[in-house]
Amino acid sequence: MTLKSLLQAFLACLILSFAAPSFAQSDPRPLIDALAKADFNEAEKLLGQIAASGDARVVPALNAFAEGDLYFRKSDNLVFIAKTAGSGFELIDPLTGTSAGQAAKNAVTKIKVNNNLRRVIRSAMGGLTLLSPDRAVRLQAADAVLRSPSPENLDLVEAALAKETDKEVKARMEEARAVSVLSSDRSIDEKRAAIETIKNLGGRNSLGILNSVSGSIDAGLKGDLDAAIAAIESEQQLWDMAQNVWYGLSLGSVLLLAAIGLAITFGVMGIINMAHGEMVMLGAYSTFVVQDVIRDNAPNLFDWSLAIALPVAFLVTGAVGLVIERGVIRFLYGRPLETLLATWGVSLILQQTIRSIFGPTNQEVGNPSWMSGSFPVGGMTITWNRMWIILFSMSIFVALLVLLKKSAFGLNMRAVTQNRRMASSMGIRTPWVDAFTFALGSGIAGIAGVALSQIDNVSPNLGQSYIIDSFMVVVFGGVGNLWGTLVGALSLGVLNKFLEPSVGAVLGKILVLVLIILFIQKRPRGLFALKGRAVEA
Amino acid sequence: MTFKAKFAGALLATVMSTTALSGAFAADDTIKIGVLHSLSGTMAISETTLKDVMLMLVEEQNKKGGVLGKKLEAVVVDPASDWPLFAEKARQLISQDKVAAVFGCWTSSSRKSVLPVFEELNSILFYPVQYEGEESSRNIFYTGAAPNQQAIPAVDYLAESEGVQRWVLAGTDYVYPQTTNKILKAYLMSKGVAESDIMVNYTPFGHSDWQTIVSDIKKFGSAGKKTAVVSTINGDANVPFYKELGNQGIKAEDIPVVAFSVGEEELAGLDTKPLVGHLAAWNYFQSVDAEVNADFIKEWKAFTKNDKRVTNDPMEAAYIGFSAWVKAVEAAGTTDTDKVLDSIIGVSVPNLSGGTSTVMPNHHITKPVLIGEIQADGQFEIVQETPAVVGDEWSDYLPDSKNLISDWRKPMSCGNFNVASGKCGGKGS
Repeated sequence: MTLKSLLQAFLACLILSFAAPSFAQSDPRPLIDALAKADFNEAEKLLGQIAASGDARVVPALNAFAEGDLYFRKSDNLVFIAKTAGSGFELIDPLTGTSAGQAAKNAVTKIKVNNNLRRVIRSAMGGLTLLSPDRAVRLQAADAVLRSPSPENLDLVEAALAKETDKEVKARMEEARAVSVLSSDRSIDEKRAAIETIKNLGGRNSLGILNSVSGSIDAGLKGDLDAAIAAIESEQQLWDMAQNVWYGLSLGSVLLLAAIGLAITFGVMGIINMAHGEMVMLGAYSTFVVQDVIRDNAPNLFDWSLAIALPVAFLVTGAVGLVIERGVIRFLYGRPLETLLATWGVSLILQQTIRSIFGPTNQEVGNPSWMSGSFPVGGMTITWNRMWIILFSMSIFVALLVLLKKSAFGLNMRAVTQNRRMASSMGIRTPWVDAFTFALGSGIAGIAGVALSQIDNVSPNLGQSYIIDSFMVVVFGGVGNLWGTLVGALSLGVLNKFLEPSVGAVLGKILVLVLIILFIQKRPRGLFALKGRAVEA
Repeated sequence: MTFKAKFAGALLATVMSTTALSGAFAADDTIKIGVLHSLSGTMAISETTLKDVMLMLVEEQNKKGGVLGKKLEAVVVDPASDWPLFAEKARQLISQDKVAAVFGCWTSSSRKSVLPVFEELNSILFYPVQYEGEESSRNIFYTGAAPNQQAIPAVDYLAESEGVQRWVLAGTDYVYPQTTNKILKAYLMSKGVAESDIMVNYTPFGHSDWQTIVSDIKKFGSAGKKTAVVSTINGDANVPFYKELGNQGIKAEDIPVVAFSVGEEELAGLDTKPLVGHLAAWNYFQSVDAEVNADFIKEWKAFTKNDKRVTNDPMEAAYIGFSAWVKAVEAAGTTDTDKVLDSIIGVSVPNLSGGTSTVMPNHHITKPVLIGEIQADGQFEIVQETPAVVGDEWSDYLPDSKNLISDWRKPMSCGNFNVASGKCGGKGS
């Protein structure tokens, strides 16, 4: 009832604005205030009217609506943009941006928004901000139109295009115009040119746009359209290959990270360390604790949290590793079965300890801003977090290699593993070398945990999901050889990612395991087998 | 300090439980109920919460004077996420501890493992988690959602209000997603969706590398029709899945994801800002605007002494199951299994979304279906609420089960009555 009368009021408003063109713009406020009581369908209609008003003053209100910051006051049903202030809200006038005083939390109600409305808002905002004086906003607006083409925006884009001077923005607007032309009722020639523009633009989004009009396009253009679709698809296929290799490297680098600590404790020292995964888990929890402290005490340092967490995780897990070696493992050298059982027990103890302290639920580890989002390289998307993890795992690998080959500690370590008695008679304190080697392997697993916390769950079970893969990589690559671990991890990653699209993730994983079993049958010592005396030691 | 206090508490509890065991005289004043949830292993992440809820409900009930004038006592056991151990622990609860009813299980595998035990020893299990249906037991009450109380309304919502025409059914490779996707596929095809517009994808448990699948979804979504993902991905694998979606820039406005296993608990480990607008379908959300819910949340936060703890749908299901059992026991005047089984059918209790839930003759309950969109604060905004729906144990969309119904009232007393042949005993148990 009230809604009907409100609607009549808008209609009257609209008619007025048409009747009296000297009032260049109607007041959009009643339209915005009507959102207070509208359901999703009515809100969509209102948004259409707001967008049609062409009044750029509504942009902040639309933005707030999409973000869920638009509220109405219960006492008078007026709509405001609300910002949290203390225990209540600060109300801001949606059109003028001036403050309209404070309101308690229960004095206002949020205006609900759903995906559909967000889409409508995005498209409307695109049209409304095309003429913004800010270059970045114009670029964003052209992008918005590009992503949600609609014939209504065509006039706006053309008007903006006529005034645009910036080259990049202009090119983007041309593309936006092309997608809008396709869904409009323009002439065939214009559409043909539009198809050409979209074809040159390329990419998945363009493919979607072309496909979406293929049912409704004029018969004369069908050939052009199909040719354009085929051209984009064949180009996309090449990029898909490249993307697959990238995914493989990325998965490989995760495997490498998880396995590289084990390459030392198992590979170099020969300890079947079932608690390796828990070291990774402890590293991830160290990251969580570091971030928690930073959030409470110095929130502006958040982007540095991972850098701070690295040494913390290394020291914590290294210390735990040292205690495990001194407390359990040193009594069990030369008895692999008992070592296996004992370290497995240790892993259960560690898991349950973490569960008792932090609870069984996942902990939130945030991604710093430089690890979120993605950037396009040609037709593929590269996510920042994966790229940093690849770089990170490679640098850990190189650092470890240098440590082993160039430092005194590395020399001792290699001496002890190659010939313990000889090393001992040369004056090397072999028990301490053992202890610190194990601590080093554990510490590196902890560092890996810092990185893995960015892409996986931080829960007490984190380690379990990596322990099998880690052993697989080390055994496949060849026990006792760091290069083997690197090549093993990367080739398993790439193999997995090439199998996945064709046979699915489940079967892919099974096939990889079968292939490894066959490979180990043929070459029991892995890809890079140690030769010579070291084998017997 | 707190650790010391906890330790002392644990010591005290041990001493008390041993004295309780030795002093059999106390047994007559209490009614024991069993709590069968994993407190260690992979499922601890989800199930520990339900154990806490049960303890809270028991405490509240005892404050109100218990049941039949006796105090309730919860017997908590830990089946450690190990399916055969569930059956063993269930047997121990029923035969040794003589519990009147058991509240527990999460995964379908654990429920299937204990089902024969409950039927053999004639006890009652309340199962509080959404599941794939295709089962009805005389001794089990399913207070979570059946597929028609969650999956089908969610798909309807996407088709109607978002105009989705192309569907990705993505799930973890085990019985719940497989069966749900089978039902959904049959349902979508009965609505005229072409088979080429449905993509089914399974991943192993705990899958963490979603790059290929997310880019496959992108590819599938660029065919010019509005696309959505229906996710039956199991709890733990969701975090990396959503992270990958966010990082690859898939917005809810472009390809919405509706999930059946993601609730407030799962989102607690996640930065939800890039996920705003993705959906979940449940029968309860913490954001439900009802007085009974506000009280429940307050109680829960006070009980756990943690202001950040969230509530979720299986907690509501546990709450409904417990209230229904209490009411049925009071109506029957005894905790005897057969009498309670008779009296519980038709019992109506308030649910947390402001309405009531009734236990139906098929041992499922009525409840509304809510569709919510993820918000930046990790909560859900309800965008649609249906009237109460009756849980349908045998799906009407699968050829094997469409003729089956279940009715545990006398004289039928059958979990798989075939309406075509008019006989009891079609499929399953």
